Amino acid sequence: MTNEKFEPLLIAFCCQYCSYSAADLAGSMRLQYPPNVRIVRTPCTGRLEVEFFMKAFEKGADGILVAGCLEGGCHFTEGNLLAKGRVGYTRKFLSETGLEEERIRMINISAAGAIPLVDHINEMLAILKNLGPSPLRGVNPPTTAEMRI
Amino acid sequence: MIVAQRKKVPELVDILKGRKKILLLGCGTCVTVCLAGGEREVSINASALRIASRLQNLDFQVEELTIERQCDNIFIEKAAEAIERNDVVLSLGCGAGVQAIAERYDKPVYAGLDTAFIGILEERATWTEKCIACGKCVLHEYGGICPVTRCAKHMLNGPCGGSREDRCEVRADRPCAWQLIYQRLKNIGELDRLKSIKAPKNWSAGIHGGSRVVIREDHRI
Repeated sequence: MTNEKFEPLLIAFCCQYCSYSAADLAGSMRLQYPPNVRIVRTPCTGRLEVEFFMKAFEKGADGILVAGCLEGGCHFTEGNLLAKGRVGYTRKFLSETGLEEERIRMINISAAGAIPLVDHINEMLAILKNLGPSPLRGVNPPTTAEMRI
Repeated sequence: MIVAQRKKVPELVDILKGRKKILLLGCGTCVTVCLAGGEREVSINASALRIASRLQNLDFQVEELTIERQCDNIFIEKAAEAIERNDVVLSLGCGAGVQAIAERYDKPVYAGLDTAFIGILEERATWTEKCIACGKCVLHEYGGICPVTRCAKHMLNGPCGGSREDRCEVRADRPCAWQLIYQRLKNIGELDRLKSIKAPKNWSAGIHGGSRVVIREDHRI
């Protein structure tokens, strides 16, 4: 179901050692990416827990992108590998609750990967547009802007 | 420690259907260590239930609480107020925890986990069964490796002869317990223990004789 007017809200958890710098570089390179994405800087994707993702969905996020370092390149050795497992675990929970598991995805990019980051964001937004708004968006929507973001 | 596994969300929804105010009660001891029912799992399951409730119009109101131990009265008391203000309790404790809560409050208490076994953390994120609580420990005879638990045939006078290489013939992904016992006794110089034939085990000390009670008269007042 493609909804032309629907603008998905994508939360991107970006590791400060790679994808956050890549997002910064994308800005320096004047690369355009849609304003639908909210970037959350994290010290390492290994800091991200399953409940962070679940809470984001509960509050109405349409999708989540977890962007960590290349495998083998984590500043803390294995944080991105932990995140990979947790994203997989979240996907299981999502499909069990009735949400599409495609709404969350993990990517691995380096600090120089501004172009791949923008590509991944666009690809994820296309997937979310295709899936349509999160069913949790309309039902009991969070009341404040802070909660929405 | 006691090892448990989570029930899937559709099963939990099925258990809770028709209920409104739900206390999701975690336990901070064994099930926290085996990543099944601690504070974190309470939070994840509560989110999952809230999402499922909103998608299926079930009107769940989920409160989260984790106490230190669900099998101990002193800690259970700390959940009293939360239990009182909710309709039902979904316990993420082991079977003992669920029953301990159910015995003390006139509220429905449901099990949110499947309690599996007494075991240890073998390696990262892998737990293995080590004890079936048979009531009469024979570990001293077998170099600290339990044939009652770890041999698929519970043989006290093994091996059965069916193992292939060092693998159990019943489950090829498990080592032959008797191979382990032999190696272990050899390493610690106690192979002579295997020369005697062990008498059949008295299973009445186990669960086969009904649920068990341990009473320490010297500690009673």
